[in-house]
Amino acid sequence: MAKHSAEVLVEGLKKILISVKEGLDEKVQGKVEKLIAELQGTVPPSLEPFDPDAQKLELGFDFFKNNIFDKNREYFRELAEAQHPKFLVFACSDSRVSPSIVLNFKLGEAFIGRNIANMVPQFDQWRHTEIGSVIEYAVKELGVENILVMGHSHCGGIARLMELPDHSCSHDFIDEWVKIGLPAKQKVKEEANHLPEEEQLRLLEKESVENSMANLLTYPFVRNAVENGSITLRGGYYNFDNGTFQQWKKM
Amino acid sequence: MAKHSAEVVIEGLKKILIKEKEGMDEEVQGKVEMFIAEFQGSMAASGHQHDPDAQTLERGFDFFKNKIFDKNPEFFEALAKKQQPRFLVIGCSDSRVNPPTILNFNLGEAFMSRNIGNMVPQFDQLRHAEIGSVIEYAVKHLEVTNILVMGHSHCGGIERLMELPDPTLTHDFLDEWVKIGLPAKNKVLEQCNHLGTEEQKRLVEKESVKNSMANLLTYPFVRNAVVNGTITLRGGYYNFDNGTFQQWKLCTKPMP
Repeated sequence: MAKHSAEVLVEGLKKILISVKEGLDEKVQGKVEKLIAELQGTVPPSLEPFDPDAQKLELGFDFFKNNIFDKNREYFRELAEAQHPKFLVFACSDSRVSPSIVLNFKLGEAFIGRNIANMVPQFDQWRHTEIGSVIEYAVKELGVENILVMGHSHCGGIARLMELPDHSCSHDFIDEWVKIGLPAKQKVKEEANHLPEEEQLRLLEKESVENSMANLLTYPFVRNAVENGSITLRGGYYNFDNGTFQQWKKM
Repeated sequence: MAKHSAEVVIEGLKKILIKEKEGMDEEVQGKVEMFIAEFQGSMAASGHQHDPDAQTLERGFDFFKNKIFDKNPEFFEALAKKQQPRFLVIGCSDSRVNPPTILNFNLGEAFMSRNIGNMVPQFDQLRHAEIGSVIEYAVKHLEVTNILVMGHSHCGGIERLMELPDPTLTHDFLDEWVKIGLPAKNKVLEQCNHLGTEEQKRLVEKESVKNSMANLLTYPFVRNAVVNGTITLRGGYYNFDNGTFQQWKLCTKPMP
């Protein structure tokens, strides 16, 4: 099958980039990379199967590029050199609770970790390197001043925690992960078992944030920073039924 | 220490809500909850006076509430009932590469995972429950149709990967995590060892995305969906030096 000439050009350009020795001028390199990106966007529709999801990403980036990136070149030039976020934020993976939208963070303001039910497990170098490395990088390398754990209403992870133990359905990962919140569930069950399920879920969503804030203190570098006042631990709760946001901090 | 009187009221109201909810009229309950939220808001206005970071969060939420939430009540009502994102996006925790901003995702469009170096490790129920549960939930429960792994330039995680092994400095977690990208680093060093460090880093940032895409296939529920054609695996790379975004995909469907 004959290749489209743009593809041939892209391949050739990539080979040039790789094979040229260290002396390639940064500006020239940038221009070549830009050309590659443009050429990749110009493979005619007739050769490219219709891919609306790829187009969506393309259009999304174009919007950002035209309305934000190109209008703030100085800002992005500085940002490219270094990031200095004041916040580390843990939020749920839920598509409805992006902290950058809900709390209007600009690029550069918040280092973010996202997982099921915005949970922070206790320090465990074997089982929890993913979140451990996020906290470690944020505290030791970036020197963040705040760690915010943000919970939300109608959390699927918390709903699953409430269902456990569940012998009718098992998961490869989910159940093991949400069990991090068991101390919170136990507390809610002790204090509010008389309440209907939905209210218990709302309480558990908040109690689980408290539980995660407590777990953060099992990381020595967090505990030290909190004790000497260089980090503030904060909890947050976004209720998208009534559009409210509560926040509190660990004193 | 004497508590602020608003705090005392809030605590009292919360206790009432918990104790009396069974018999409480739904409207009354709603009003009490709004009352608590307002009280906490007014506390925020006075109590956050010497807490500029709390004020940042407050103002940020107010912006969202006034400009987005309150202006789209039907949208948020529908969203509250259910999310149906088409994308699972695995991005870096880096504050400069927030995928909803860079790719202009609206709320509800992208289920997100964010970690150091936007890495996906191989299937491991013992060591990687965090990312495993995100992928599992997205694929099995939300039935996303795309998984996008998005890399970026000047990634601190990739930078650390390039420095290893480093006997002068150890971390509790970081080094162990970024080692997920070792196959990508080895490939680049084999093929491009003649290049400068910065160029190599750019290449490892992209190669690591491909490595993570390959690792996604070690999750049986992902592999099945990809083979069936119900999920497309996508790679992306955001270069914020020149403001470009490249994307590619793993194709399993036969070309027409």
